[in-house]
Amino acid sequence: MERMPKWADVVLIPLISLLLAAILSALVILAIGESPVEALKLMVSGALGSTYGWGYTLYYATNFIFTGLCVAIAFHARMFNIGGEGQALLGGLGVAIVLLYIPWPHWTIALIAAIVAAGAFGAAWAAIPAYLQAKRGSHIVITTIMFNFIAAALLNWALVGPLKAPGQEPATSSFPEATHLPTLGDVFGVFGIEWSHAAPANVSFFIAILACFALWALIWRTRLGYEIRAFGHSEPAARYAGISPTRIIMIAMLISGALAGCMAINNVQGEAERLVLNAAEGAGFIGIAVALMGRSHPFGVFLAAVLFGFLYQGGAELALWMNIQRELIVVIQALVILFTGALDNMIRMPLEKLFVAAGRQPPAPDRKSTSAEGAQ
Amino acid sequence: MDFITIVQILDSTIRLAVPLLLACLAGLFSERAGIFDIGLEGKMLAAAFMSGAVAYTTGQVWIGLLAGIGASLLLSGIHGLASITFRGNQLISGVAINFLAAGLSVVIAQDWFGQGGRTPNISGDARFNGITLPGADAIESTPFIGPIYEELLSGHTIIVYIAFLTVPLTWWILFKTRFGLRLRAVGENPAAVDTAGVSVVGLRYAAVGICGILTGLAGAYLATALQAGFVKDMTAGRGFIALAALIFAKWRPWYALSACLLFGFLQAVALRFQNIDLGLVELPVQFMDALPYILTVIILAGFVGKAIPPRAGGQPYVKER
Amino acid sequence: MSTAPAIELKGISKAFGPVQANKDISIRVMPGTIHGIIGENGAGKSTLMSILYGFYKADSGEIFINGKKTDIPDSQAAINAGIGMVFQHFKLVQNFTVLENVVLGAEDSALLGPSLARARGELKRLAAEYELSVDPDALIDDIGVGMQQRVEILKALYRQADILILDEPTGVLTPAEADHLFRILENLRAEGKTIILITHKLREIIEITDTVSVMRRGEMTATVKTAETSPPELAELMVGRKVLLRVKKTPAQPGEKIVEVRDLNVVDDKGVHRVKGVSFDIRAGEILGIAGVAGNGQSELLEVLGGYEKATGSIRMRGEEIDLTGSRSDGQSRRRRGIAHVPEDRQREGLIMDFHAWENVAFGYHADPAYQSGMFMNNAAIREATAEKMKRFDVRPPDPNLSAKSFSGGNQQKIVLAREIERNPDLLLVGQPTRGVDIGAIEFIHQRIVELRDEGKAILLVSVELDEILGLADRIAVMFDGQIMGERLPGETDEKELGLLMAGITDTEREHSLAEVEAQLAHTSGRAGKEA
Repeated sequence: MERMPKWADVVLIPLISLLLAAILSALVILAIGESPVEALKLMVSGALGSTYGWGYTLYYATNFIFTGLCVAIAFHARMFNIGGEGQALLGGLGVAIVLLYIPWPHWTIALIAAIVAAGAFGAAWAAIPAYLQAKRGSHIVITTIMFNFIAAALLNWALVGPLKAPGQEPATSSFPEATHLPTLGDVFGVFGIEWSHAAPANVSFFIAILACFALWALIWRTRLGYEIRAFGHSEPAARYAGISPTRIIMIAMLISGALAGCMAINNVQGEAERLVLNAAEGAGFIGIAVALMGRSHPFGVFLAAVLFGFLYQGGAELALWMNIQRELIVVIQALVILFTGALDNMIRMPLEKLFVAAGRQPPAPDRKSTSAEGAQ
Repeated sequence: MDFITIVQILDSTIRLAVPLLLACLAGLFSERAGIFDIGLEGKMLAAAFMSGAVAYTTGQVWIGLLAGIGASLLLSGIHGLASITFRGNQLISGVAINFLAAGLSVVIAQDWFGQGGRTPNISGDARFNGITLPGADAIESTPFIGPIYEELLSGHTIIVYIAFLTVPLTWWILFKTRFGLRLRAVGENPAAVDTAGVSVVGLRYAAVGICGILTGLAGAYLATALQAGFVKDMTAGRGFIALAALIFAKWRPWYALSACLLFGFLQAVALRFQNIDLGLVELPVQFMDALPYILTVIILAGFVGKAIPPRAGGQPYVKER
Repeated sequence: MSTAPAIELKGISKAFGPVQANKDISIRVMPGTIHGIIGENGAGKSTLMSILYGFYKADSGEIFINGKKTDIPDSQAAINAGIGMVFQHFKLVQNFTVLENVVLGAEDSALLGPSLARARGELKRLAAEYELSVDPDALIDDIGVGMQQRVEILKALYRQADILILDEPTGVLTPAEADHLFRILENLRAEGKTIILITHKLREIIEITDTVSVMRRGEMTATVKTAETSPPELAELMVGRKVLLRVKKTPAQPGEKIVEVRDLNVVDDKGVHRVKGVSFDIRAGEILGIAGVAGNGQSELLEVLGGYEKATGSIRMRGEEIDLTGSRSDGQSRRRRGIAHVPEDRQREGLIMDFHAWENVAFGYHADPAYQSGMFMNNAAIREATAEKMKRFDVRPPDPNLSAKSFSGGNQQKIVLAREIERNPDLLLVGQPTRGVDIGAIEFIHQRIVELRDEGKAILLVSVELDEILGLADRIAVMFDGQIMGERLPGETDEKELGLLMAGITDTEREHSLAEVEAQLAHTSGRAGKEA
């Protein structure tokens, strides 16, 4: 039976987790002799105080929406895809190849081609672990971790080898002008809204929002989504209902990998405008925190991604103006994962007790038979 | 390739295999008890940082080692809390621990030493130095045996010898002692252990604790023996290679030794040569870097013998209702 | 007569969250007796015994062992107090040997060697004393359920238990194995041991116990001397009202052949031959009952017919061949062919416990065009259909938005039944239809199955409850070790004959010694009943 109202599960628990993570982070800042209040102020003004700051915040958020959705859709099929990082790297490779070797007349067409390439490369990188999980029972967590490392080696090789531009740096040459995506400044400029042109947030942000809606509809409004959720809740039941585990694992993971890959339209096509080493910068892993925080719901993922975008941009400001390393954000990210993911019960159990105590009422006759049944 | 080069590569294999071996055996204890641990990397990193930092500050490597083990144990404690006490997702907890260590080590190192997230170089008593085995100098010039003894077997730090002794010790504990029997049982069917009147929680915490000590050793070895001080992200995926080795070894101690030596050898070769010319094809160094992971995927795929993990692995123990 | 009771519980209460599993229970068991505890599923029997064994902690109440107040916070304390328990689901480490399992937790010292040596000798002695011989070096993985249960009993005896609790020990045994178990229990009683036997089978209580307590809905409703009671009286005490143990039904009117199964073979992914050359027909308007001890291939048979296990051989529905291995061998295709399936384990297979009732009513039929609108699912239509079905099947509470886990076992089963029966199938597969279902709902479910038969549908009923098979089926086939050992008509057979067939013995006319039955069972040990 439901012990807690749904809103508590969806809103209260993530908020408490976040609060705990924030308090611990504040303690870390205190411990290294800085002021948490100052730090927070700096983060807010740096990340949200100007359209420039927002431009960065939303740029990071776009990355995290893609990787967060990547983890979330896999979660629905009870797959833990830690491979978002590698899939995002491969997505970058796909984008680079498509944009470097095919001349595109206009950024709109280039964007569509890049989405297809990024999605396909990301999905392909997820396909092998997915296949091994579905057909050979190889634990997908381990294989996707391994594939992250293999992806890193592959990109390393590509960027010092075949794709390398002349010069010292292990990177491709810049993509042609025609493929450059308009920044949010360009977009809002059309509507006469003043917005920074220097910040990297670009039209991919809107694609990310579209992806949120599409995924929401997929999960809760389509037959495929129904089957994915059913499989995620119970594999034996899914088999009984004629839902093929292999099919669901493959489809869910392909969508997952494609979403991670699509991050490349933001960071590779939108921001760097070429492919550099370690282009994903850990965004694939932040997707885990974002998905956990967002309770695997696309809208939750959106909110959590913006929050992490804020943390990332704010963290960069901290590193710039205070003696706090950027890695503080990694700490916060770790704490969010810890509290919303691994220590979920630590927050949930006392809260459930509280709700049970608050809502205790004489049980209805029907409930009583439920009770007796549940006892054995 | 001459004989001396081979000996040198093997020597380097041993040095590089040691952190893998310690971490792998650490994972073995934890996973045999049913607690998956993908946080080996993070625990190693935390230990590397603390041991390096404390060894530098005190000038005493042994105090550094203890501090490193302490840091690793602390993270083990968090993992235990999440996965044993609060029955959380062990994989997610491991991920969190990896990030926690990656972030905290740099933030604290910057605050402590102000060198951009690394410790200053350490030397002398603040570092583990090689031990010359008896007679190594005398035998050095003997052909064949000399270099093998002097170069390959002698001259390593104490942790290297400890690591290799840990293998038979682990085997003995696992298969010849009461603790080992219970440990293996709790990873296979915790309810059997519980109803036999033995504490599941206690056993699992013990296993996680041993895992913490061994990863602590592994991390300390990195910062105070293999290298002279801590640098940001110095574990460089070794925790995951150790995990790969553990799967490769099918959770068995002697196999773990072979797997770690193999992966250490791959690293040694990749370090020594850049691209390897095999005549027909030239293997790029990146391929050598990726090889342990590729091999593990192949093993996981079950094409070369199936790796079956402990049956209760990854699942929190809840008394059934 | 002033001996203290071996066990005395006073005022035991236990709640799981809002669920009250035990309410103020008191009980006395005298030493050297066999005491039965009987009650329906979910009555709180197992919970009570788990408290006595320290597996759960009671919220209130006291435990006295041999007259002495004893605290039992964990199983170690129970073992120290001389209590041993054989759980319904065995607590054995599958890839350990028998010896290692016996020693686990009762080792003499930190080193394993001496403990194992001593246990080996001790096992030999116990085997001789109580007819409990096992191979100490066999892996649990490789021995049958009956043997595994023996290991559990040996575990308790090795720990020098004077009080032995057995939770539904016969559920996975053939009648012959059960007889052997009861002989062991009698030997133990003769040695002065105290035994508590938890069961929901009246026959066992009458057969072996000295005293019996009845539990209902977490409360102890009566404790009586077995000699002074009768099955009907116990049944009434269990349920709280007079119940009909017989199903009302008229003789079957079999029509055309609906399903023909020929030479069906199933080999599972571990390479174990689960179903061996099974053939049978079911006609319209009849119920074919498959009896057998759990794990003799019945589950696989249902899975093949239901479309989620591969097989060789042939199945024809109304003469048309069904794909058994290819791309059209799945639950969806089977449903389109008019096969509906009420699975054996509704919580594992039949329902998604976290889904709403309405989502569960679409489960398996979620591709039905009536449930679609364009590229999306028509959730409103499903909700509406669910509300109607819930009303017709008297599901309580009739709220489509509740999640499946918030219904009682009986109501969950009604949801599954409503979903499957209302599809108007040609063939209905039913596995363990009343497992974990309260008696009131059992009547309702049996009635619905018979009604469906009378509408001219073919029904395949798999149940491990012989009473259910005898009451419902029009023909009975007995499965043993993946084979059908024989077919009988319910009016012309009895439990004894079916029991022999369940043990794999086909010439049921002759007298059979227990040793023969056991030898037969040992032949297949380690294969049958693995999953139990």
